[in-house]
Amino acid sequence: MKINGEVCTCSPGMTVLSLLAQRGHDPQRVAVERNGQIVPRARFGEETLHEDDVIEIVQFVGGG
Amino acid sequence: MYLTQKELHDALVERHGADIQQKLDGSTVGIAGLGGLGSNIAVHLARLGVGRLVLVDFDTVEVSNLNRQHYTMKDIGIPKTLAMMEQLEAINPYLQYEPHTERIIPANAARLFADCDVVCEAFDRADQKAMLIETLLEHLPDTPIVSGSGMAGYGSANLMRTERRFGRLYVCGDGTSDIADGIGLMAPRVAVCAAQQATMALRLLLGHTEP
Repeated sequence: MKINGEVCTCSPGMTVLSLLAQRGHDPQRVAVERNGQIVPRARFGEETLHEDDVIEIVQFVGGG
Repeated sequence: MYLTQKELHDALVERHGADIQQKLDGSTVGIAGLGGLGSNIAVHLARLGVGRLVLVDFDTVEVSNLNRQHYTMKDIGIPKTLAMMEQLEAINPYLQYEPHTERIIPANAARLFADCDVVCEAFDRADQKAMLIETLLEHLPDTPIVSGSGMAGYGSANLMRTERRFGRLYVCGDGTSDIADGIGLMAPRVAVCAAQQATMALRLLLGHTEP
C-alpha cells in the first residue's frame, strides 16, 4: 500500500489504529484519508487495511 | 473621519481591482477559533472586504492572549467574538459579521460553517484541529479548509509554507514546532501563519486551488 506517497508493506489484519501506532502517531492528533475518503476517528480500530490502499496521514501540532 | 459604504468600497476597488473586489464582496469565509491565528485572519479578511465572515469562539480574552492575539487590555474578560467584532466594525462596518459564541464540536461544526466558501481552522490544540478537519471533510464535501499547524517559537519564518493535502485541505506553518514540546507561541510566527492562511483563503476565493 501507499502511505503519504511511499510504498509500504501492509501486514495482515492491520487497522488504521495499528498503522498509526506502528508509525508513532497519536490517533487523536491526525486526520486520515483512505482511498480519497476521510476515515472517522471512531472507526480507526475497525477499518482493516488492504495491500492496494492509498493512505494519507496528516499530523497536527499544537499552537494557534 | 467616517467613510460611507460607497467611499470605502471605492477605495477597495481602487486597490484590488473591480473584478477581484466583486468576487470578495460575494464571498463567505468561516473562522473556527479567534485566538492567535483566528483574530489575525479575521483582521486580514475584513481589510480585504470579504463580504461575510462567520466568527466562532466560545472563549473570553485573557491576559495570556495579549502576546500574540489581536486584542488589547480593554478586551480582557470580554468574549473574543465581541472583542473581535468591535475591531472589525472599525475596519469595515459594511461587511456582514456573524459571531457565534459557542464551542465547536462534531455535532455543530457542519451547521456553523455550512454556507462558507472556505473555512479557516484556527484552533490551539492539535486534537481539536484534527477533530474539526475530520468533521468538516466528512460533512462538507465541497468546502476547502485552510489549517495552521506549526508556528510556535522563533525559528526561521522561511520554514513556514502552505501544503495541499487530501485534495482540499491546506496546511500552513512549519508542521513541527509544537507547544506540547514546551515551545511558547510568539506574535511574529503566529502572525506569519495567520497571513499564510488568509492568503490561501483569498486565493481560493479567487479560484486558485494551488498553494
